[in-house]
Amino acid sequence: MTQVTFLLNGAPVCVTPANPSQTLLDYLRETAGLKGTKEGCNEGDCGACTVMVTDAQGARALNACILFLPQLQGKAIRTVEGLTGPNGEAHPVQTAMIAHHGSQCGFCTPGFVMSMATAQLNGDADHDTTLAGNLCRCTGYAPIIRAAQAAQTQPVPDWLNDASFIRAQISSGDPKGAESPLGAGGFGGASSPPVFRPASSDALADWYLANPLATLIAGATDVGLWVTKQLRDLGPVAFLNGVTDLQQIERQGALVHIGAGVTVEALRKALLPLHPSFAAMLQRYGSTQVRNAATIGGNIANGSPIGDGPPALIALGATLHLRRGGDMRSIPLESFFLDYRKQDRRAGEFVAGISIPAQAPALRCYKISKRFDQDISALCGCFNVTVDAGQVTAARIAFGGMAGISKRAAHVEAALVGQPWSLQTLKAATAAFAQDFQPLSDMRASADYRLLTAQNLLTRYFHDLSGQPVSVQQVHA
Amino acid sequence: MTIGASLPHDSAPLHVTGQARYVDDVPLPEGALHLAFGLSTEAHADITALDLTQVRAAPGVVAVFSAQNLPDMPDVSPTVHDEPLLAVGKVHYAGQPVFLIVAQSHLQARKAARLAKITYAPLPALLTVEQALAANSRFEQGPIIWSRGDVADMAKAAVVVEGEFEVGGQEHFYLEGQIAAAIPQEDGMHIIASTQHPTEIQHKVAHALHLPMSAVRVEMRRMGGGFGGKESQGNALAVACAVAAHATGKPCKMRYDRDDDMVITGKRHDLKIRYKAGADAEGRLIAVDFTHLVRCGYSQDLSLAVADRAMLHADNCYWIPNIRIESHRLKTNTQSATAYRGFGGPQGIVGIERVIDHLAHHLHLDPVTVMQRNLYAPMGSAPQTTPYGMEVDDSITDQILDRLMATSDYQARRKAVAAFNATSPILKKGIALTPVKFGISFTLTFLNQAGALVHVYQDGSVIVNHGGTEMGQGLNQKVAQVTAQVFGLTSVQVKITAADTGKVPNTSATAASSGSDLNGKAAENAALAIRDRLSAFIADKHGVEPQTVRFKDGQVRVGGEVYDFARVIAWAYQARVSLSSTGFYATPKINWDRVKGQGRPFLYFAYGASVTEVVIDTLTGENRILRCDILHDTGTSLNPVLDIGQVEGAYVQGAGWLTTEELVWNAKGHLTTHAPSTYKIPAVSDRPPIFNVDLWTVPNAEDTVGKSKAVGEPPFNLGISAFMAISHAISACGPAYPALNAPATAERVLMAVQRVQDV
Repeated sequence: MTQVTFLLNGAPVCVTPANPSQTLLDYLRETAGLKGTKEGCNEGDCGACTVMVTDAQGARALNACILFLPQLQGKAIRTVEGLTGPNGEAHPVQTAMIAHHGSQCGFCTPGFVMSMATAQLNGDADHDTTLAGNLCRCTGYAPIIRAAQAAQTQPVPDWLNDASFIRAQISSGDPKGAESPLGAGGFGGASSPPVFRPASSDALADWYLANPLATLIAGATDVGLWVTKQLRDLGPVAFLNGVTDLQQIERQGALVHIGAGVTVEALRKALLPLHPSFAAMLQRYGSTQVRNAATIGGNIANGSPIGDGPPALIALGATLHLRRGGDMRSIPLESFFLDYRKQDRRAGEFVAGISIPAQAPALRCYKISKRFDQDISALCGCFNVTVDAGQVTAARIAFGGMAGISKRAAHVEAALVGQPWSLQTLKAATAAFAQDFQPLSDMRASADYRLLTAQNLLTRYFHDLSGQPVSVQQVHA
Repeated sequence: MTIGASLPHDSAPLHVTGQARYVDDVPLPEGALHLAFGLSTEAHADITALDLTQVRAAPGVVAVFSAQNLPDMPDVSPTVHDEPLLAVGKVHYAGQPVFLIVAQSHLQARKAARLAKITYAPLPALLTVEQALAANSRFEQGPIIWSRGDVADMAKAAVVVEGEFEVGGQEHFYLEGQIAAAIPQEDGMHIIASTQHPTEIQHKVAHALHLPMSAVRVEMRRMGGGFGGKESQGNALAVACAVAAHATGKPCKMRYDRDDDMVITGKRHDLKIRYKAGADAEGRLIAVDFTHLVRCGYSQDLSLAVADRAMLHADNCYWIPNIRIESHRLKTNTQSATAYRGFGGPQGIVGIERVIDHLAHHLHLDPVTVMQRNLYAPMGSAPQTTPYGMEVDDSITDQILDRLMATSDYQARRKAVAAFNATSPILKKGIALTPVKFGISFTLTFLNQAGALVHVYQDGSVIVNHGGTEMGQGLNQKVAQVTAQVFGLTSVQVKITAADTGKVPNTSATAASSGSDLNGKAAENAALAIRDRLSAFIADKHGVEPQTVRFKDGQVRVGGEVYDFARVIAWAYQARVSLSSTGFYATPKINWDRVKGQGRPFLYFAYGASVTEVVIDTLTGENRILRCDILHDTGTSLNPVLDIGQVEGAYVQGAGWLTTEELVWNAKGHLTTHAPSTYKIPAVSDRPPIFNVDLWTVPNAEDTVGKSKAVGEPPFNLGISAFMAISHAISACGPAYPALNAPATAERVLMAVQRVQDV
């Protein structure tokens, strides 16, 4: 792989990245001379670098600062410079932002404009969600929301035709426009580490077996920070976003199979009718830009003790599917997490997908963080307790942020099973939390707070199942 | 009339299209180099060995500076010479710059910064105010104490309340990080920088290069946010660039990565407030005794003035017959705390608001009742004086409270909150009103001056330059409106230009909310000087008195004739009338003796009030703002939509300060919240879902520009009502007054709930 081709503001571009981890933001600002896209944090948390990326799945807002150029192969990118019409016509979000005084210092504005334009294109009017990944320090957001509301009533400008271009490219079989499989090979000559962009999980399996030390990159929402913050050289890498067979969600009887390459945003949408509490929690996973890039396989394989996917999946009783070469194996997800940042994954083995029950009406997922949106959990508690005739017959309770791994509350579960489902039982089970968890203190919360809140979440769960309002998000003035 | 017109920010069309240029977007000449600092990992230590061999050998590195090869170490402090650009011998906080890399790219400089081998001999580090107090580590010899009357009168009080609480600091989180560039000239240095204080940059660069200030030119078109964080904290970058550019002969640019920015630069001062207050049985204050333990960090920076302003706002809107304020300015091994919107004022105000609230809780009164019983005498009656001896002759808090309570339906909603809480065991609501009185003027009196430069070109086009800097607040738009008004033009006919020390010298920082007050007046004076010449000229031509000439709607009316402005200008040019003028303004009436704590430090006060309703979760401490109503005093607003933007933004920023924005240092003195992943400013859904903002537009009694009032900082304090509302919700959980520290994170709220329940 030596070149990356994509459409940039409507014009085809073919670039040879300096290295596989050159970011789109770096390319836009330093090579393409497009200075409208800003660097605010260089870690995907502020949204000042938001761009619109269109492919066969549609248009998405993504953070350019943690997108590597090879991830963009065959896609169409719009920056703020490409939002204006061919004769200088303002896009409706640009007009509305001026009319409603949505910019003050203006530094976050290009990012906001791109998130708003993407939402407007997609007909998504949930502005609190579509703009959660864009920070503004000046306005207090009120005028930005007024602008978003005004723009949403306007038609999408006809010059934003990236989607039709992408469709045309695919139907014409032009490999430059479609998600073309590029072979192995490094940037910058034979001595550079191999870069691979497989088009199938079979190809990935073979290559990864031969290159077991390689870094697998799906959304790059974490690996991006290895580059932009830790300043690491990645060595051999494989970019997985061409592996479409891992990006499927399939209903298989009572189970749902989710490919590892499914983005968190796609998963959230799929779960809305099935597991609304899980989906609601995923709405607070990163931001729209992060969820559009991050994959559930990455969230699991990363093994972070504060990842929000695993506790919910463990509470659901998810089965993890791993593949090494031609070998597949399936294990309960909780057994994958061995210790802090240590997983039951052999060399050359990768996460292929998970299976979860299609139904779990008692599942509730609670994320506790300093800020509601786009924050990392201080703790995340997920409860799935089965009550039959007033007795607890089964319990799956899992927490993130309470240990070095996402972990089941085995002692708490044991204290509940076989007992009547009552506040008295819960009270008796409280002590078991300390047996299950000895959390740490860090910048997100103290150990005391984590333990106390974990206990209290069990109480919340009880009231939640009985239909009481239990979240501050359910209350209005 | 262009003054008072609700016109958009002049740069809005550039902002939304990505064409607005910030420092990092300006193309530099070929061969520009990029800088990064290597940072201390120790909070306090002797540097026993500094091995930069690998740094020098790293790809792209052109030069490396440290105390080893910069014997004449430049200073970057805005006040006293206590901030060497790079550590000399010792480091005083974790994050202090120790060496400077000059490389061919930004990334190469950052990578090389991590390759140093520094050996430290750790020294005891003072991280908390308690540690600093115990070690008597402070600025100034001892605490500053200002008092009036005798707090021993507390003995006569029917009720006495006492408490101690922490008020956290705040990271500015300007979206555009610190950045500067230096371009060597044949006879000096040209600096472009994201700074609120171009003259300070000019001063520090000149000093570092041993040049007269006249050889250094600083230009500043716009900042991507400042909030006080670019008043002094940009000095280091500009001086580093100048030193490197001088040494290499190449243009040099320095941009902090976000994490570096947060680790290196100062933040809002956090402090601990102790209070004891006595009142009569109706809640009328008899005596208040405050102690402020202010954590200033390792260097003085602007801390003395910040701590002063906290003391100057310890009364807020209330007449306090006996008061004593003891302020300790403590020197710690942490980032040097600096200016941040409000400049200590919000910390002072939150102190007295806790006192009022605590008394009300004790007396089972609505806090608003206690507030009303203690307000300064209203405007029009015999004025009462502040603890520092300034007459408060413009108090309108009574009127603002009356109107806001009516428009926000405060009384009924307070009852509704109680009713909700009576039937809701887990979720509790709270509601609180907070009034604000904020003093306008720099307390360092000589800073209250400004200059401007207006040119009218022979085609009738107008350009204005002034000493203020644009950081998003719309200052340029307001100044353009003021200038246009003088000439009877529209503001789009007045071109705005970058702040430039080569055009307007000796500027004060754009700070203390003073931007439009000072620079608006200076620009108005400059424009008036030109207009007076035009009037005299055209009146003479028509044989009428100059004062009968009118400039309106792009036209000049004289002796029954009407001419286009441009035509009059063309005539005036041909008649050799000067079409250019400087303007100057110095704030009248103010005087201040900071040693005695006596005088009139402020020209006037800006007022306002907010009502916030919140809900908390007593199981987790999570909390949400449900509604906010604001009435804020802008005098005759120069531009109502820009002012509303300031008020809305300030409230959300103030509420963020007191809720989610928690700065955490670990036991080694490392700031662990050094990126937006860990430091949480409000996101879009944190804004009040119901947000009613109204302006109080009665003209300023003082002769300010257009009879307006300053608006940058005062509404920041309105965010305090969010904190007080959370406290109110906690008080629904038990009889004790909530011991709540700020910021009221979920954790702090839950712990406060527990304490209330445990009583």
